[in-house]
Amino acid sequence: MTDLYQIQRSMRQMRRAAIQRGVIAVLDVGSSKVACLVLRFDGEAPPRGADGVGPMAGQSAFRVIGAATTRARGVRFGEIAVMAKTERAIRTSVQAAQKMANVRVDHVIACFSGAGPRSYGLAGEWELRDQVVTEQDVARVLAACDMPDIGPGRDVLHAQPVNFALDHRTGLGDPRGQIGHRLACDMHLLTVEADVVSNLIHCIKRCDLEIAGLASSAYVSGLSALVEDELELGAACIDMGGGTTGLSIFMRKHMIFADSVRMGGDHATSDIAKGLQVPLAVAERIKTKHGGIVATGMDDREMIGLGGDSGDWDKDRRAVSRAELIGIMRPRIEEILEEVRARLDAAGFESLPSQQIVLTGGASQVPGLDGLAARILGQRVRLGRPLRVQGLPQATTGPAFASAVGLCLFAAHPQDEWWDFEIPAERYPARSLRRALRWLKDNW
Amino acid sequence: MRSLIRRRPAPDTARRDPAPSRWSYRMQRLWLTPIFRRTLRVGVPAFALAFAVGIVLSDEGRRAAISDTVAALRDEVKHRPEFMVMLLSVEGASPELAETVRQALALPLPVSSLDLDLPAARERVQSIDAVRSAALRVVTGGVLSVQVTEREPAVVWRSPQGLILLDETGHRIAALETRTERADLPLVAGEGADAAVPEALALVAAAGPLLHRLRGVQRMGERRWDIVLDRDQRILLPGADPVAALERLLALDAAQDILARDIAAVDLRLSERPVLRLAPHALVEMRRARGILPPEADL
Repeated sequence: MTDLYQIQRSMRQMRRAAIQRGVIAVLDVGSSKVACLVLRFDGEAPPRGADGVGPMAGQSAFRVIGAATTRARGVRFGEIAVMAKTERAIRTSVQAAQKMANVRVDHVIACFSGAGPRSYGLAGEWELRDQVVTEQDVARVLAACDMPDIGPGRDVLHAQPVNFALDHRTGLGDPRGQIGHRLACDMHLLTVEADVVSNLIHCIKRCDLEIAGLASSAYVSGLSALVEDELELGAACIDMGGGTTGLSIFMRKHMIFADSVRMGGDHATSDIAKGLQVPLAVAERIKTKHGGIVATGMDDREMIGLGGDSGDWDKDRRAVSRAELIGIMRPRIEEILEEVRARLDAAGFESLPSQQIVLTGGASQVPGLDGLAARILGQRVRLGRPLRVQGLPQATTGPAFASAVGLCLFAAHPQDEWWDFEIPAERYPARSLRRALRWLKDNW
Repeated sequence: MRSLIRRRPAPDTARRDPAPSRWSYRMQRLWLTPIFRRTLRVGVPAFALAFAVGIVLSDEGRRAAISDTVAALRDEVKHRPEFMVMLLSVEGASPELAETVRQALALPLPVSSLDLDLPAARERVQSIDAVRSAALRVVTGGVLSVQVTEREPAVVWRSPQGLILLDETGHRIAALETRTERADLPLVAGEGADAAVPEALALVAAAGPLLHRLRGVQRMGERRWDIVLDRDQRILLPGADPVAALERLLALDAAQDILARDIAAVDLRLSERPVLRLAPHALVEMRRARGILPPEADL
């Protein structure tokens, strides 16, 4: 665990160094696309007038100066399946983004959606020594959380303190400097499979890049797709990607639960390919151009030419009605949403005060999805688009880029994590030294 | 039926992976590195240029050839007819002075105007005693025109070295053979007289009624003036404010006609007590008249 602690700490230092240098890249390795954004940090923007839209979420501190997307190759279910292909895809997008930004990027913050994330809620307690909460005490209470059995071959990706309680006052955001006797904290721990993470790290290292941070894509897409009141009051963000569908629940601006369903838009595509006997590329094109969830009478008459290059005239001239296409797609989308519903129920989402659900991600662009989702997930469903950040090209403002944009916000203002605090120094000789100093001061 | 014409490119070329190769990716990153870029775009050309120049100049013969070429080119430009000075014209000077100026300049005509050092030549011309100021310019047609303003002689100084003409500031103009060459000018004498020529001129101007008797003014002890009249009469003037003293004497002379009498000197050095020194004969006559001496007694 100390090893991981050190790795995460060194990533944080790398991130600090990159921001000092002013340029950092964010890399979203998804199952259907690899997106790379190059950010330039040049201090806080001058404050605008009091009314109107001010800087939100602090994103005015950076500016996107390069953006590139490429089709992901060798990534399945958000995990790396073919290393060399993934490496090439990362190289393609990083090179194009660098070329657009006209600056060399050395540090990259990456996110991925797979690797079977699992959430744990931890609690810890600590008796304060001198009644005032110091940073040391925060570190001690975080260290006092008992580590659950996360299983073999898994690693901690996020370990975020979500709540502090001092004596009987709970809901403290920052307990430092407050006076009390007993400090307690709740921590949200997200674990992923270690092999997947090390594969990704290896892939990025092979592109001559240094990793300045890792994040779960469910978490970062929640950061960008949820608006402030949703983050505060509680909401679930469902990031419907190509290979996986990530879901994260936010409450009081902290992630309290994350999970992922290993199904996504690519499954709908492969269903179409199987059902209509067409290649995957054609199926993808038909899905994006003509896909839908809710069939109407008009759709029976709208015929879609399938095309083909088989040489068989009858096969190449086939056409299906849109209603048929919808009939193929809808069960798959329903299945995904039902699986999401099951995960949300398992997480106890219905006991939250606000039951807002935000759909985002590339697969959420299917027309009619909000109606279907409202029937399966509950009434308060909306389609979310990522927050607008400075300098983002128009082509990358769609919901498919929610996690890339969220990663920008994560790079600019990361949440406090366990490794941001020093290891408690009980065993260090500094304490005895301080005692000796105090003894000297008292006696002379 | 399968068509006989192949309409589309092979699918493997259509779906080629656009990824850059490892090396092109690295080269692009290297090229985006600012210091590498700067080195390659500025440093390397500058170094190559310096290196090439160094190689060319390292050979003694080549260096000499280059300097020869440069010198030849310079000479060629210098000796173009537009830049040549063929004539020297001296204006505003008497013929003798003009000759002196020519000799002082000592220009080896024709000479290129690019070689002329006009400020130094002007210094040389102005170092001539008789020249008050000079202006040199090269005018069109290859003529170096020297505008000379001469010094006007104001007094003749009988110095230990002989007769010398001085201007009104006391600057030496030329030596003089005899006094009669410039009989129109007043004569000054005595050591250090040249340093006080303006005072002497003021005295001469003030001595209007005495001009026909004036022989000259003499500087005494580099401090004060004596006016020497004919019949060896002297007017001893004070060091301070001699003109006023002279004007008082002239007023006295106009009233009592002192200077026409037989006196050797009028001493005005003490302003409150002018002293007369009688000539020897007059002294005897006066004593005789006062009965101090017996009549008919010879000296």
